[in-house]
Amino acid sequence: MNTSTRSGKASRLAVHVLLAAGALLMIMPFLWMISTSFKSFADSMSIPPKWLPVEWHLDNYLRVIQTIDFGTYYLNTVIVTLGRTVGQLVLCSLAAYSFASLRFPFKNAIFLALLAVLMVPSQVVMIPSFVIMREFNWLDTFYVLIVPGIFSAFGTFLLRQFFMTLPKDLEEAAKIDGCSYFRIYWNIYLPLSKAALVSLAIFTILASWNDLLWPLIMTSSEDMRVLSIGISSFQGQHSTDYPLLMAGALMATLPIIILFIFLQRYFIEGIAMNGIKG
Amino acid sequence: MSSPITVTTKPPEMPKRKVGKLARHEALWGYIFILPVVLGLGLFYMAPSAASLFLSFTSWDGLTSPQFVGMDNFTNLMKDDKFTGSMLNTMMYTVGTVPLSVAIATVLAVLLNQKIRGMVFYRTLYFIPVITMPIAVGMVWKWLYNSEFGLINHVLGVLNLPQPNWLFDEKFALFSIVLVSVWSSIGYNAVILLSGLQGISSSYYEAASLDGAGTMYKFFRITLPLLTPSLFFVLVMSFINSFQVFDLIFIMMDQQTTMLESTRTVVYSIWEDGFKYFNMGYASAQAFILFVVILVITMVQMYIQKRWVHYQ
Repeated sequence: MNTSTRSGKASRLAVHVLLAAGALLMIMPFLWMISTSFKSFADSMSIPPKWLPVEWHLDNYLRVIQTIDFGTYYLNTVIVTLGRTVGQLVLCSLAAYSFASLRFPFKNAIFLALLAVLMVPSQVVMIPSFVIMREFNWLDTFYVLIVPGIFSAFGTFLLRQFFMTLPKDLEEAAKIDGCSYFRIYWNIYLPLSKAALVSLAIFTILASWNDLLWPLIMTSSEDMRVLSIGISSFQGQHSTDYPLLMAGALMATLPIIILFIFLQRYFIEGIAMNGIKG
Repeated sequence: MSSPITVTTKPPEMPKRKVGKLARHEALWGYIFILPVVLGLGLFYMAPSAASLFLSFTSWDGLTSPQFVGMDNFTNLMKDDKFTGSMLNTMMYTVGTVPLSVAIATVLAVLLNQKIRGMVFYRTLYFIPVITMPIAVGMVWKWLYNSEFGLINHVLGVLNLPQPNWLFDEKFALFSIVLVSVWSSIGYNAVILLSGLQGISSSYYEAASLDGAGTMYKFFRITLPLLTPSLFFVLVMSFINSFQVFDLIFIMMDQQTTMLESTRTVVYSIWEDGFKYFNMGYASAQAFILFVVILVITMVQMYIQKRWVHYQ
């Protein structure tokens, strides 16, 4: 919605107050993570808790790098995330265009079957998946970490819902001009859907960056490990090294925050700015 | 390339259907575009799911070969208080989480869609709970809820309010989990709705402004109806995700605590039976029942959508 001219300043101030109050609640736990990541182990266990570290232990961050093979894990995570995200954006958007715009027999039945994939808890399919991946000889390779992750019912559903909100007039015009379906998808649907594509990219990056169970089960060698496995190894059986865990989690989270700050600007380029008026 | 002339030369009294050749051409491309996703999901998701469905009729410890037991797992489940309790907990969790999270996210998305200074900053702050690794989120909240030295009770004490023993009181344990999950899903849903708001052409608002429409009118008459396809997506996904909640309970509740009675969800129960006690068949049967429940709920939503979702 547009806050322009008249209701101007007062409503803008109200928006600021609302957003700021909510934001404070939202990031409280995160601030605590930051503070904990600089504490000594003893300090992190003190009762009552201290808001700020007594001494600032920057070396917690150094200890993370020394404890796990951070560089390798990091690189692996980037490769896996990149592969899954690019794959999903291409395949999901193609399928979503088809489901949203083209007519073919059994469309709704096929679509519902795809949605059914989302309804099976992932924990249950782990064992059969493991057997299949072993048959493929994919265990402990990048194939197992990337390939199954590029097919997404979630992504197809998300983009289909967005595509269905797009004005149909442009597409009709393109059809009359004799454009192929692929060109309509490529030249009309994709450019108009930057915001939806970006939000799918964000979710895919996030899911793949934080994915723990799948890589844990499907890989075993040290040089195929990913970040999430490294960080969770700081959670001990009996006592957890909180400062180390928080420092590691923050080091893993920071690049995603920066990426989000960069990507979120696509949420401002509304459809009007692309020159389409419905 | 298909010729548009075939469409225009059609006799006008015929029903508005495409000529056979053109329709076949469209259907062919329709299938080609969905083929990769359908094949991939079939191989990597549906096939293992089918295998797990088969396992639900067996008794299997994960090592020796599965023994066929017919419907035994299902009949036993109906008598199993642990399972029926977990189903009830899951439903209460869903009812507590989904409406609250989606309602807050809708308002938040509209606020985050304003053109005001510092928007990047706000958007980032609201999204931080989503970005943060689940294991760190669970750990931090466990500390915040601690009855002796947690921040929440510290603040409540200062305000002279009652200080419940959040995670260790059966009246509050599930509620505590619901709060965390609302907290961590608001940003997620808001981002989807935010991208949905981008699809709404600004010409609608311009036209409404010319007619002198106010903010509330625009929200209820333009934004909300045109946002319904995204809202539908968010609702369907929220239901599916909350019926499958596992991580939060796994991280925040101790594996031995009696509080599990009031917080054990179906997927947690599946995990216990499958990976702690190695009753894979029994675990698969629970997954199958959960699947059917989610399927029914989703199909009901698909059916009802015709009444409230506006597609262009």
